[in-house]
Amino acid sequence: MLEVDSVNFSYQKEKVVKNISFRIDSGESCSIIGPSGCGKTTLLYLLAGLMPVKEGTIKINDNKLVGIRPKSGVILQNYGLFPWKNVYHNIELGLLARHTDRKMIEQKVKAVSSRLNIEDHLEKFPIELSGGQRQRVAIARTLVLSPDLLLMDEPFSALDTLTREEMQNLILRIHNRDNLSFVIVTHNIEEAVFLGQKIAIMKNGKFTHWLDNPYFGEPDLRNREEFFKISRQLRRLMAEDDLL
Amino acid sequence: MIKKFNTLWGVMIIFFSWLISHQLIGSNIIPAPHVVALNFINIFYPIILPHLFMSLLRILVAIIISLFLGVGLGLLIGMNNKLDLIISPVVYLLYPVPKIAFLPVFMLLFGLGNSSKIILITVIVVFQIIVTTRDSVKAISQEYFYSASSLGLSGIQIYQHLVFPAILPNILTALRITVGTSIAVLFYTENFAAKFGIGYFIMNSWSMVNYVEMFSGIVALSLLGLALFKLIDLLEDYFCYWVKAGNREGRPELR
Ligand SMILES: Nc1ncnc2c1ncn2[C@@H]1O[C@H](COP(=O)(O)OP(=O)(O)OP(=O)(O)O)[C@@H](O)[C@H]1O
Ligand SMILES: [Mg+2]
Repeated sequence: MLEVDSVNFSYQKEKVVKNISFRIDSGESCSIIGPSGCGKTTLLYLLAGLMPVKEGTIKINDNKLVGIRPKSGVILQNYGLFPWKNVYHNIELGLLARHTDRKMIEQKVKAVSSRLNIEDHLEKFPIELSGGQRQRVAIARTLVLSPDLLLMDEPFSALDTLTREEMQNLILRIHNRDNLSFVIVTHNIEEAVFLGQKIAIMKNGKFTHWLDNPYFGEPDLRNREEFFKISRQLRRLMAEDDLL
Repeated sequence: MIKKFNTLWGVMIIFFSWLISHQLIGSNIIPAPHVVALNFINIFYPIILPHLFMSLLRILVAIIISLFLGVGLGLLIGMNNKLDLIISPVVYLLYPVPKIAFLPVFMLLFGLGNSSKIILITVIVVFQIIVTTRDSVKAISQEYFYSASSLGLSGIQIYQHLVFPAILPNILTALRITVGTSIAVLFYTENFAAKFGIGYFIMNSWSMVNYVEMFSGIVALSLLGLALFKLIDLLEDYFCYWVKAGNREGRPELR
């Protein structure tokens, strides 16, 4: 599905992404965890085709990535919802870009909003929604385009713990139902464990560790001993990096 | 209560301050407001309206031209850093020039009629619109552009769904300032080579020492401004509902 090979990236002089390589298969998920400023957002922008890859290659489904890929859905750190459009018009944006006809748009927006439980808020503006509802709109906006790869940048970091877990469950359900591959960038250890089939630890622009998470995908994982085991392991590895 | 009748409230405050000034000065240089009001009502239809209409026409044409030129140029330099580097210094150099001094030049170039007046108003207010547009385009967060391109929006769609709606509230604010400025400039232009226009009417009444009519003209100009401001408010309520949606209940009182 996604193959990243020796990708480097610098803003002006500062090198922010350093020689990163990894791959995930179709239907797999990957969480990338690392401290603030380590280059997570930059890497996600590269995966999304929002910034050009100048060194190294990114391949998706064996095609070299150049520019935006219509089948990749992107959810940015601050949602990127347009405050001047109500929920309905936010969700329809990608469909308008694809010249979908009005009837079809209406049908699809209705379907996705009832699936994400926001059908009662279609007339509201983003500023009139709670954080969790806004996040659902952001998810709906990409999901309505039926992506095969979802790229998320700390999508739930602004939410309280309960809402956050509810949203994580939602992503897991979507993943299970649609066999959707996704990459999630986070700085939250529990989130990385719950949503990552593969977990990458990122530090200073590099991947320092790459873990397999055999327990991924179990809905009650948070209550199981294994969850804490992996969380502890992750925490230890991240602390070790600090000593280096 | 105040919200609903706020214009009436403003009228009352001005009426009473005016009345007090009239009493204090005790001369017909400032006629009593009710005398002016009666006169205004009497001469509005036969005399003031044609003048007002001509003034409105000049202002509207000037504002519409300025909007097209100003928003267009502002978008161009706001979205394109290279053009900004080239054009902004020119804008900065020309903005402070007292263009009002060029009226005689414009009259020679474009005649004594409406064109020179409209052009003068345009060259004065267009700068406010250029600068506001450019700055508000630059203030749009990069994340919105990323979000738009990741959804696959094309260049034109990005203008349609992102850039225009994002800058609209600021443009309406600029438009309010523009209305104020253009009325002031209009008044000036109508002092020269004009036979019509509310500015002409005011100055003409003055030279005939008819203060009641002069003040009627001033009231007409004020009402013209009010009408334009209200129109902009309506546009804002309709197109920029999202700005107010968040603080519909108002802000907490500061202590
Ligand atoms: N547009 C930019 N121009 C120059 N430097 C940048 C730019 N954006 C980010 N950087 C730098 O790149 C580094 C990585 O930034 P990035 O946003 O990718 O970090 P992050 O891991 O997403 O952090 P956070 O968890 O706080 O979101 C930082 O040191 C930052 O200062
Ligand atoms: Mg980030």
